[in-house]
Amino acid sequence: MDAHGPLSDNGVVRLLTHTGDRLEHPEYSPFAQDLDFAALRAMWREMVIVRAFDTEATSLQRQGELGLWVAALGQEAAQIGSGHALTDRDWVFPSYREHGVAYLRGVDLADILRTFRGLEHSSWVPNEHNFHLYTLVIGAHTLHATGYAMAMDWDGLVGSGRPDHDAAVICYFGDGATSEGDTNEALVFAAVNNAPIVFFCQNNQYAISEPTTRQSKVALAQRASGVGIPGVRVDGNDVLASYAVTRQALERARSGGGPTFIEALTYRMAAHTTSDDPTRYRTRDEEDYWRERDPIARLTAYLERAGELPQAFQEEVRAEGKELATRARIRLKESVRAPARDMFDHVYAEPHATVDSERAWYERYEESFVDAEGSHR
Amino acid sequence: MPIFETFNLPDAGEGLTEADVVTWLVRIGDTVEVNQPLVEIETAKSLVEIPCPVDGLVTELLVHEGDTVNVGSAIVVFDIDPNGPVPEPIVAMPESAPPEPEPSFSMPRLDEPEPTVDEPVSDGASGSVLVGYGVSATEAVRRPRRVEVFSSFGEESDAEISHPVFAKPPVRRLARELGIDLSTVSPSGPGGIVTREDVIQHAKETEPRTLATYAGDDMPWLESGVVSADGRLTRVPVKSVRKRTAEAMVRSAFTAPHVTVFHTLDVSATMDLVARLKQDREFADVKVTPLLIVAKALLFAVRRHPEINATWDDERQEIVYKHYVNLGIAATTPRGLIVPNIKDAHRYDLHTLAQEVMQLTTDARNGTTPPSATQDGTITITNVGVFGIDTGTPILNPGEAAILAFGAIRQQPWVHEGVVAVRWVTQLALSFDHRLVDGELGSRVLADVAAVLGDPSKALVWG
Repeated sequence: MDAHGPLSDNGVVRLLTHTGDRLEHPEYSPFAQDLDFAALRAMWREMVIVRAFDTEATSLQRQGELGLWVAALGQEAAQIGSGHALTDRDWVFPSYREHGVAYLRGVDLADILRTFRGLEHSSWVPNEHNFHLYTLVIGAHTLHATGYAMAMDWDGLVGSGRPDHDAAVICYFGDGATSEGDTNEALVFAAVNNAPIVFFCQNNQYAISEPTTRQSKVALAQRASGVGIPGVRVDGNDVLASYAVTRQALERARSGGGPTFIEALTYRMAAHTTSDDPTRYRTRDEEDYWRERDPIARLTAYLERAGELPQAFQEEVRAEGKELATRARIRLKESVRAPARDMFDHVYAEPHATVDSERAWYERYEESFVDAEGSHR
Repeated sequence: MPIFETFNLPDAGEGLTEADVVTWLVRIGDTVEVNQPLVEIETAKSLVEIPCPVDGLVTELLVHEGDTVNVGSAIVVFDIDPNGPVPEPIVAMPESAPPEPEPSFSMPRLDEPEPTVDEPVSDGASGSVLVGYGVSATEAVRRPRRVEVFSSFGEESDAEISHPVFAKPPVRRLARELGIDLSTVSPSGPGGIVTREDVIQHAKETEPRTLATYAGDDMPWLESGVVSADGRLTRVPVKSVRKRTAEAMVRSAFTAPHVTVFHTLDVSATMDLVARLKQDREFADVKVTPLLIVAKALLFAVRRHPEINATWDDERQEIVYKHYVNLGIAATTPRGLIVPNIKDAHRYDLHTLAQEVMQLTTDARNGTTPPSATQDGTITITNVGVFGIDTGTPILNPGEAAILAFGAIRQQPWVHEGVVAVRWVTQLALSFDHRLVDGELGSRVLADVAAVLGDPSKALVWG
């Protein structure tokens, strides 16, 4: 691997090697000190359950039950680690692959499938989870996230020094989004306005089929210095390190210290989506290399060696994962399409004349059909 | 009571319309469970394994391996309650509704099948997908409208607007290639989009009845072909066997460096042997041909030079030597060229080998060659002589290291025992993969085949 290119290992923060050995880091180890074995076991459980769900969703797509599925396979540590650094008051702006973060925010994963079946635009109310809608337009939400963070600042939710009061925004996106104008605009805007936001880039090395090496000459985290904010590279397959760097960045943002750019170096072990065939653009050797760096496998190795991952617990968790998968399958088949008029309800917080007239037009439009809305079979 | 559920071919990609069935991973009578591998299909994008959607029993496989199947058509039937109680005989009840025939797990339909009002629409439905090709045009059926005309939002006048033609780039290209003006094609796609099918249909309706090139060729001369508007071209979609042949040959020709060696020889002794065996009572039930002796000769040569019976494993950077011979024989079938092989041919005596060759050619001719017969071949013979051809430079069957071409056997003047005599002469050609077979090895193998054909008693010496 090129020692200076975008995939080099230079300066990557790592607290757990792929063989399951702990490392010390002068700056970041203190941020992971509160993770005792019970906490790590909980993270292991979450990663395994999210993966079981992910696998089931891929099957459901293959069986024609979903129009599309975007697997998070291989990115569990980046998501579960960073997600654990959030408080209930923080806000999350995901792209569309953050099923692990959704799970931590209390979104019922079984519900997510409704969106991918084409039944509705979103399957959760963002305010109930401080978890924004999935955004499929690459990078578009980086601007929404930045705007939201600035508003939180103006609302006085930042820098009071009270841990039960201050909050921040985390925005998840991929390596491909860093090539988009929106993301660069968001970085500039967040930097000059000192917005309380963490840009969390999961560099899974492919924008569909375009490798990171074709999108950047330098490590993506180096872009941060161009706009004048801290940038850090972390091993995204290391749940401890992902937690530690995100915790530091969020604490900085909440305290009024401004944005941070985190590049979590990970690997998309599955296809980009179920419509994609990665064997056409990457080698089996490369996939094998990263399979050895599986985020769950290294945590398993570490905990088992410490005698902290009893077989009974593992079986219990796997059963729980299977149960979630089965429940998701049944729920999906029972689900019905949401009324299309629902889409007018959440555009503005307060009544709005344009939305009202559009809703009225839409209702007339629906009535023009022989089978009025609601009689879908 | 058995409860039957049909499973339809899903869209395993995004907006795909069809797929080829590659391999069934279950058989009729198998007990299956949810998510167990069911069938391998090949779409325009990739090879995809479809997991089983239900727990139950496989009662019917509705499509064959190799079939091209439309998305949404039934491919398999399950009994999802094979151990349930036997049903009571049902007394006719006028109120009782017939059982719902629709499978319970098809995607929800938003539409009625038959519109009551056809109306042109200007809200061009988006055909965009995250990755790859356009969405299927065939599935979108419009909801029926009440009779009154309904205007688009903000557009109260119903003045005539002339629409540009909507069509995706590949469809535009097809139209251009067929010499068709898209604005003359009636669209059937959502939002007034002209689909590929519309263009092909239009081409068929307007196709010239006379080919320009040859008088008398007044029909498309290949099944499923489309003649261009000027009558000078026929286009036939590449699929099934032709497609696989093309892919295999390209892969082979551009990965294995081919070398071919030739040998011309007197096979009169072999012709004598064939004639004698034809009279032999033991061989009365089989067909004795020179090809049979060539097959046996090649087996002897492989036994003396086992290194020829090997494959190059590029991924693992290994040469895999095979201690069995699955002898392939290239065969013309109604659907194109295939190379079925005789498993463990090295174990057979001449009579059994003759039976196997007969079975192989009968199956190929009838199109009943089982898929397993075309897999895991180790070395191949191609009998170009049946076409009256002397020789050729055959391309290796992928995964094999050598292929022997057997030319026509002709009576020719030949120096025999010091004088020119009329003898039976043929040509052999052996192509081999130079990555693992050197010229010496290839030449020795060919020389050994020739030695047996020139003097079949060699077999006694080597046997």
